[in-house]
Amino acid sequence: MSQVSLESKLSTKRRVIDGVFRVFLTFSIIATLAFILFVLYTLWKDSKFLLSKEIVTNFPSNDPNDAGFQSAIFGSIWVVGVAALVALPIGTLTAVYLEEFAGKRNKLTSVIETNIQNLAGVPAVVFGMIGLAFIARGPLGWGFTVGSAAMVLAMMILPVVIIVAREAIRAVPPSHKDGALALGATQWQAVYRIVLPSAVPGIATGSILAVSRAMGESAPLLLLGALSFVTFNPTGLDSQFTILPLSIFKYASDSREEFHYIASAGSLILVVILFTLNFIAIFLRDRANRKSRV
Amino acid sequence: MSDLSKAGTSTAEGAWLAPSAHLRRRNFFQSIAVNVMRIGTLVTALITTGIIFSLIPPTIELLGEITTQVFGTTWAPLFLPPEFGILPLITGTFVIVIIAMFIAIPFGLAAALFLSDYASFNVRRVVKPILEILAGIPTVVLGLFGLYVINPGLVEKYWPIGESVGYSAIGAGLMTGVLTLPIVASVADDALSAVPRAMREAGFALGATRREVATKIVFNAGISGVVAAVILAFARAFGETTVALMVAGSYPKLSLNPGDPMQTMASFIGFAGIGDQPTDSTGYKTIFLVGSILFLVTLVFNLLGNRIISRFREVYE
Repeated sequence: MSQVSLESKLSTKRRVIDGVFRVFLTFSIIATLAFILFVLYTLWKDSKFLLSKEIVTNFPSNDPNDAGFQSAIFGSIWVVGVAALVALPIGTLTAVYLEEFAGKRNKLTSVIETNIQNLAGVPAVVFGMIGLAFIARGPLGWGFTVGSAAMVLAMMILPVVIIVAREAIRAVPPSHKDGALALGATQWQAVYRIVLPSAVPGIATGSILAVSRAMGESAPLLLLGALSFVTFNPTGLDSQFTILPLSIFKYASDSREEFHYIASAGSLILVVILFTLNFIAIFLRDRANRKSRV
Repeated sequence: MSDLSKAGTSTAEGAWLAPSAHLRRRNFFQSIAVNVMRIGTLVTALITTGIIFSLIPPTIELLGEITTQVFGTTWAPLFLPPEFGILPLITGTFVIVIIAMFIAIPFGLAAALFLSDYASFNVRRVVKPILEILAGIPTVVLGLFGLYVINPGLVEKYWPIGESVGYSAIGAGLMTGVLTLPIVASVADDALSAVPRAMREAGFALGATRREVATKIVFNAGISGVVAAVILAFARAFGETTVALMVAGSYPKLSLNPGDPMQTMASFIGFAGIGDQPTDSTGYKTIFLVGSILFLVTLVFNLLGNRIISRFREVYE
């Protein structure tokens, strides 16, 4: 009752402003959602008549009727797969070290932490430049190969993996570890057997998001010759390659209209792959959150 | 709990062994594990060193050759004779970044306020993933959308000034804005959600409406987090390559008209990189010169943004 009387004392002006503000906020969210749906609709509209097995199984071609994405899809899987194999273990181990073993008030530790944070903000294309200078050419001289590209993407996602893994480890209640230590476990045993198993869902979520970022990223590999016309699947680390985002880029920059539809079809394939990865990540996190609340 | 009891039994088994030998083995194992993990931190340090050492030598070499040419107004380093006036890249970059901020800041902050003060738990559980999905759209797809939909559908038809050529800075700016919106939203939401509940309740107790609490109390209390969100988004927009290259084209036109094609620093690197510049050629060194500027600017902004965030955490957590 008292609430009703309070409400009525609000001046009309304040109430109108409040209402308008609420509408503005809701509109922003709806506009964002509408934009995503509109992008997806456009891709679908421009490519649905092309969506068949051929678009996935065909190799790149100058003839729009034969053009497809097979070598690009395999290239992406190779490059991102190798990058993940390199970055995920190193990233997780670094995170464990920084959270559990490094001196917390140590000057060196804080320098390392700042460095990792800044690396996460370095523009993607700069990683392509270090790859060009040191890996593809220069001291390593691996050339424009799957191996070089994978190293570049691994460097790019490493800081992201470390940051999310640290957050996951930090979220494990300290009492669990303290219990193990009180029972006589060494620091490493407590971390390996108690902390890490609880942190795995969080680490997995972050890792999947990092991998999907690597899969969608195109800029750094522009510098590593991935925009070339490759009509075969990679066979190893020393193969030439192209990747899905850049083969979309290549088709998009062809002035012939038919290739625009092919680029749209490729985008749809890429978006489906990335959304699937994102949904798995969100689902894992949701389940882990629910478990920890019970 | 089951994990704890497992650890308990394993140490109980351990007690069966001769204690000293067993303890020594455990400690030996731990020291190996810790040292292996240290290598990881070494790798991150190595990457930064690598970036710096790949950027500096070619940059200094080229600056020594071109000296004051940098201040010119024509950017054509890959032509003969090359010209190195970097002004068109600077204007191109800023036009696109500023347009992006006009999208990312209002929409991103609206989303953040909505999440922190208006959404119920369940609504939050739906809206957060929407923003994450937006963040998950690859840049090449946004570039494609800008190139096929925004440029011909909006810019060519409705942009009042100048002749349209299929590429536009405004299209690139809009798409970069969409790209950075989730960054603003998530960083600002973290900050606003961390504002203590008691501050909101004090506002409500004094008779403030929800909007007054959100904009006058929560927003002001979380302002440093909001500033950090904007700074980090700015840095991200600054370094965006693919969208600028696809939508704004690769012609470094000195212009402030957003309907014109433009080149940003990042998109120049991508554009020149496609051309496979031989090591030690002028083109190769130019990539690293522009890359140095890009790296420095984003470094300053990221340092600033992260610093504000960590200070904010100390205040409220």
